[in-house]
Amino acid sequence: MTGRTSSLARAGFSLALALCVTLAIVAAAGAPPLTTLAVMLDGGLGSGQAVLRTLSALVPLLLCGAALCVTFAANLWNIGVEGQITLGAVCCVWFLRDLGLAGLVPPFLAVPGALAASMVGGAAWALLSGVLRTHGRVHEIFSGLGLNFVAMGVSLWLILGPWKRPGMASMSGTEPLPAALWLPALGGRPMSLWGLILAVAAFVLVAWVLNRTFFGLTLSAVRQNAMAAERLGLRPKRRMLAAMALGGALAGLAGGVLVAGLYHRLIPSISGNYGYTAIMAVLLASGSLRFLPLACLFFAVLTVGSIQLPLALSLDSSLAGVVQGVLVLTLFAARRLWPAGNTGSTGGTRNRGSAA
Amino acid sequence: MSLDYLTALIAAVLFAAAPLILAALGETISERAGVINLSLDGTVLFAAMVAFAAARATDNPWLGLAAGGLAGAGIAAVLGVFGLLLGASELAVGFVLTLFCRELAYFMGHGQARQPGPDLGALNLPFLSDLPLFGPAIFRQSPVVLLSLVAVGLVWFFLMRTRAGLVVRAVGEAPAAAVARGLAVTRTQFLCCLAGGALGGLAGGLYSLSVKPGWGHPQGCEGAGWIALAIVIFGGWKPVRVALGALFFAAIQVAGIALQDVLPGLSGTLFQIAPFPVMILTLLVVNLRRSAAFREAARRVPLLGRLVPRTAGGAPGAIVGALDKGF
Repeated sequence: MTGRTSSLARAGFSLALALCVTLAIVAAAGAPPLTTLAVMLDGGLGSGQAVLRTLSALVPLLLCGAALCVTFAANLWNIGVEGQITLGAVCCVWFLRDLGLAGLVPPFLAVPGALAASMVGGAAWALLSGVLRTHGRVHEIFSGLGLNFVAMGVSLWLILGPWKRPGMASMSGTEPLPAALWLPALGGRPMSLWGLILAVAAFVLVAWVLNRTFFGLTLSAVRQNAMAAERLGLRPKRRMLAAMALGGALAGLAGGVLVAGLYHRLIPSISGNYGYTAIMAVLLASGSLRFLPLACLFFAVLTVGSIQLPLALSLDSSLAGVVQGVLVLTLFAARRLWPAGNTGSTGGTRNRGSAA
Repeated sequence: MSLDYLTALIAAVLFAAAPLILAALGETISERAGVINLSLDGTVLFAAMVAFAAARATDNPWLGLAAGGLAGAGIAAVLGVFGLLLGASELAVGFVLTLFCRELAYFMGHGQARQPGPDLGALNLPFLSDLPLFGPAIFRQSPVVLLSLVAVGLVWFFLMRTRAGLVVRAVGEAPAAAVARGLAVTRTQFLCCLAGGALGGLAGGLYSLSVKPGWGHPQGCEGAGWIALAIVIFGGWKPVRVALGALFFAAIQVAGIALQDVLPGLSGTLFQIAPFPVMILTLLVVNLRRSAAFREAARRVPLLGRLVPRTAGGAPGAIVGALDKGF
């Protein structure tokens, strides 16, 4: 019982402190703090349209959050989610353009095939940084981050080069795909129910894999002591690569859903910061699958709500990221100040007395 | 290749390298004391905004630069409080800070975007700037080049030739032994973290006040902090080698710009991202060279032995394996 009260107290404390810090930052930027927050909440939840937009932002966040839970379970800092989304989107567009449009695959297989292609693309991109880690001793933070920039370059090159619109290359993206190659939308809105179903299914799958399978158990063994896992014959390197591949496939699927369900073409920076936002959401939920959907939903509201800020108050829409950062930091502080409640994840405290 | 062209090339490389050198030196100090500051990229960007805003407000670029340094130290202080005093994971806090600072910079800097503002101008020292080849490249251009080169000397002297520097290295190499020896480990680490953050902040100021003048969304220096973090590993945590690494990456950037004129078919964005694959490749080569397997192979294959690093080098003891921990 004390664990629950203290975790509630921590959540309350960090929310209140985060609210104060955010209001101070907004005031320091010379904007009316309360109006700004009201505009954000209204933009994320105020109308049916807003809720649908929030739900369509929730889909990639949930998928990437699930992806990150898999990789964090193996103690991997999968910073490359952003690039994996992009590669997934690129592969999805490639499948729909070059196979779907050309009629090389039957119509009913075009969209599922494209989503499968996006998963392969994301997994391959993630495996690249996985192999660099396991066999090249390059930490996945650096390879993931570098590959994010490379993926952005690849998508820009495709948009401005080989896949440019007939007539002129444009930063608004490639030629839109015909409606026959979209994920079925929900009542004509720019939101596909299939995306949400896929995201929830992926999330349940990840929860099952991590908590109920032998593979999940070995990942946790690798996380807690890679050396012991090696001695037990669990082949930590192979498990890490498998975790990277699964995570990459989910992130790639997020990119595929963004193409097939929302944008229907390849646009520059299609990953839309979802990869980084998902990292924040997972850190906010401290790796717990139970709280992750809530964190993702909250961050989706913030992300969608902040899009209104430039129009309504001529503020930069990056306020969403500011709030997310403040919230995660205050939660870190709260967790350190009242460490009583054990949420299952033991933080990465460094034992300063004994150098490795 | 004419002498003038060579001088211009050297000048361009030194100019592009200046902020990278400062940021990487800052991280070197921090990591030498055993604190990994992953917030560097956000620090550089946020300090760039602060420096530009302060320079506009005071109409003095040097005050702006100082404000950038203070902003960098402020962010490092947040990391220090969380990582060193509260005992949270430095990696997690640093990474959150890097994302947070980036968004904060864009949010707070909204009013500064695409505004004209002061910059650090150019030096023209008599006599010195007439020296062949390096004279104009160092003494007849932006003062940031001279600043960064002086900083290399100062940081090297501090870390390698002073008692305080010895304390820093001892703390970073073996914290437990340093405690037993009666050294104030946490205080040293905190101070080094602050100093490293301040240098990262100055690097941001160099971007917005000289190298890529002005502010915008994007500013143009995004990702530089990550390159600097990789440069520290590339340079084996040694100040002079780290500076050489920064020059290497700056040379790649300059080569990209120069090649753009020769090969106009390739789009400019591809050259912008060129440093990142190079970063991964250099880390791959550097880390493989330091690996035990490579040393083993080098003992059997004669020519490979020349490629093994002569000094043991490697990371300071306190941060070995730190990156392998989760959040």
